[in-house]
Amino acid sequence: MARASSPRRMILTTLAAWGVALLIFFPVLWMILTSFKTEASAVANPPELLSASWTLENYAEVWARSDYPRFFWNSVVISIGSTLLGLAVAIPAAWAMAFVPGKRTKDLLMWMLSTKMMPAVAVMIPIYLLFQRLGLFDTKTGLILALMLMNLPIITWMLYTYFKEIPGEILEAARMDGAGLRSEILYVLTPMALPGIASTLLLNVILAWNEAFWTITLTTTKAAPLSAFIASFSAPQGLFYAKLSAASTMAIAPILILGWFSQKQLVRGLTFGAVK
Amino acid sequence: MTVSLRALMGATALLALSGAAMAETTITVATVNNGDMIRMQGLMDDFYAKNPDIKVEWVTLEENVLRQNVTTDIATGGGQYDVLTIGTYEVPIWGKQGWLVSLNDLPAEYDVDDLLPAIRGGLTVDGNLMASPFYGESSMVMYRTDLMEAAGLTMPDAPTWADIETAAKAMTNTETGVYGVCLRGKAGWGENMAFLTAMSNSFGARWFDEAWMPQFDQPEWKATLDFYLNLMNNYGPPGASNNGFNENLTLFQQGKCGMWIDATVAASFVTGKDSTVADKVGFALAPDNGLGKRGNWLWAWSLAIPASSQKQDAAKAFINWATNKDYLALVASKEGWANVPPGTRSSLYANEEYAKVPFAKMTLDSINSADPNAPTVKPVPYVGVQFVAIPEFQGLGTTVGEIFSAALAGQKTADEALAEAQTAVTDEMKASGYIQ
Repeated sequence: MARASSPRRMILTTLAAWGVALLIFFPVLWMILTSFKTEASAVANPPELLSASWTLENYAEVWARSDYPRFFWNSVVISIGSTLLGLAVAIPAAWAMAFVPGKRTKDLLMWMLSTKMMPAVAVMIPIYLLFQRLGLFDTKTGLILALMLMNLPIITWMLYTYFKEIPGEILEAARMDGAGLRSEILYVLTPMALPGIASTLLLNVILAWNEAFWTITLTTTKAAPLSAFIASFSAPQGLFYAKLSAASTMAIAPILILGWFSQKQLVRGLTFGAVK
Repeated sequence: MTVSLRALMGATALLALSGAAMAETTITVATVNNGDMIRMQGLMDDFYAKNPDIKVEWVTLEENVLRQNVTTDIATGGGQYDVLTIGTYEVPIWGKQGWLVSLNDLPAEYDVDDLLPAIRGGLTVDGNLMASPFYGESSMVMYRTDLMEAAGLTMPDAPTWADIETAAKAMTNTETGVYGVCLRGKAGWGENMAFLTAMSNSFGARWFDEAWMPQFDQPEWKATLDFYLNLMNNYGPPGASNNGFNENLTLFQQGKCGMWIDATVAASFVTGKDSTVADKVGFALAPDNGLGKRGNWLWAWSLAIPASSQKQDAAKAFINWATNKDYLALVASKEGWANVPPGTRSSLYANEEYAKVPFAKMTLDSINSADPNAPTVKPVPYVGVQFVAIPEFQGLGTTVGEIFSAALAGQKTADEALAEAQTAVTDEMKASGYIQ
C-alpha cells in the first residue's frame, strides 16, 4: 500500500538522497576537477576551486606520453572477454545449483565464495610462474582466463540468486514439451533471467575493467590495460596529482559512460527478485 | 614473366623480409616515470639509427609498483625484462644475490673512469659495476635570497645547522604566512626517513653499529631528533607531518618557505615557470655540524640487466647508448644543457657550457660530499647514505618514519619516539637473524 507523503517529507528525502549521492560521487568529481588544474593548484592547501588555475595541459601531456588507444583496447578485450567467458561457464553451473541441487551444493557455493576472501598476493608467485611456463604472461588470453577465474564465484553467485527466483515448474513444462537441456537453458531460462544476466555482465565488466593487481603483475607491454596506464603516471619525486587525475579520468571515463547509460538495467537487475 | 617465376620472386622477397624480421632483437626496458626517462624515449631515433637490429619496448610504472614487479620477475628468474631502472638501494642487495649482470665489459667508449666516484661506489659490488647511472642526485639547501637580505643575513655556501636555525628564525613571519624552513615530515622510508637518516649522519648518528645493534638509544640520534622537532615546531609550516616532496615544493613555489632542504632535482622546479619566487632562490650545500659529514643524501637511477635476461648483448648495447657521454651531448643538442641528466659523469661538469647552468656546481659538490660506503662519522656495517642497503630496510624505515612523524605531529615526545624506534628495530633485527 502506498504511503501518503507530505511535501516536506518529500523535500527532506530528496535532499538526503542528493546528499548521499554527492558524498559517494564527490571523490570522482574532485578527481575530474583536479585533472583540469595546474600541479600547484592541485595540491594547494586550503584546496582551491574558484581561484584555481585551469588548464588542459595535463591531458595533452598524458596523451603525448602514452599509447592510450592500445591500453584502452586491451582493457576492452580483457574485460568483455573475461565476462563473456565467465557467463558461458557460470550459466550452466548456476542452472545446476538452482534447479538440480545436490547435497553439497550449499557447501560448494560457500567454498566458491571463500576463494574470494584469500588475498591475491598470497598466490602471486605460483600464478606468476604458471603464466610464465604456459606462455600466458603478457597475453590478453592469459588475462581473460585470470580475470574470468577471479570473478567466477561472483558471477555464479549472482546468477544462482536470479535463477532461484524463476519457478522450476516453467522449466519442467518446457521439458515436457520436448525441450532438451540446451534449449531449456538457451530459450527458456536465459530470456526469463535476462535482466539478471545483463546486470551480472555489466557488474563484471566493471570489476574486470578496474582490476589492478593481476593486470599490472601479469603484463609488461603487449597486454597491459588501463590500470597499468594509470600506474605509469606517478613520478619518483612524488605524486603529480593533476597528471595522475587526468590519466585516471581518461581510464575511468569509458566505464563511467557505460555505467551511466546502463544504470536502469543495472538497478533493475540488482533489485531483481527483491520484491515478490 | 611466367606465373612460376613471379611466385619464386615473391617467395624470395618474403624470405628476405622474414629474415630481416628474425634478425631484430626486441628488448623490454622497465622504467620509472620521470622527466629524464621520458625525454630519452623521445630520442630513440638516434639509438635505432646506431642499432637498427634492436627494438626497444618500454614498461613505465610507478616506483613502488615497478619495484614489486621487477623483484618478482628477477627472484623467479622470469626474464620478462632485459633492462631495469633501479635505485642505489637495490643495486648492492641484488648485486650480492647474483641477480644482476656485471657491466665491466662495456665498450671502451663508455669510459667507466669518467663516472663520479661517489655514484660509481654506490653501484659497485665486490669490485664489479652492477648498474650504469642514468642520473644522480643529492640534496641541498634552497633558500629565499630576498628574505635573507631583508633579515640582514648571508647564507654561507656550506652552512651549519646553527646557521639554518638562525636563518629560519629570522625569516619566519606567521602574519604573512612565511615559515622559515620546510622539511619532509610525511612517514616513509623514502620520505621523512630519507631526510632524517641523511641529517643524522651530520650529527654523527648511525642506524646500526658494526655488530648490527640498533643505535636509536644513543645521544647522536637524540640530538638529531631534538633539533629537527624544535626547528620544525618553531619555524616550520603547520601540518608538517603530512608534508613530503610535493607538498613542500608547492609551499616553496608559493613563497611560503624561507628554506627548503631537499633533492637537487627540485632546483629546476623552484626556478621554473610554476614558481612565484623563481628569481629569488639561492642554493647552498646541505648543513653540517662540524663533524666532517654533511646532511645530504645520494641517489642515482641506474640501468641494470637482470641475470635472467636472454638478450644481454642487446641490453648492454642499449645501456651503453643511454648512459655514455654521447647521450649527454645528444640531449644537449636537442634540448639544451639544462636538460641533460645530471650527476653521473665528471666530464659533464668539466664542460664550459654546462658550468653556466645554475646550481650545476652545487649539485656536483653535494654529490661529491656524500660517501655511501662511509656515510656517517663512525664506522657502519652497511652501504647507503639515506638508507641501509638491506632487504629489511623498507619495512624498518617506514616503521621508524611513522614513529618520528607522530612525534612531529605532537603525539609523542622525542624520547618516547626514540625508545619506540629502538624497540621496533631491535625486534625486527632479531627476527631477521642479524642479532641474537
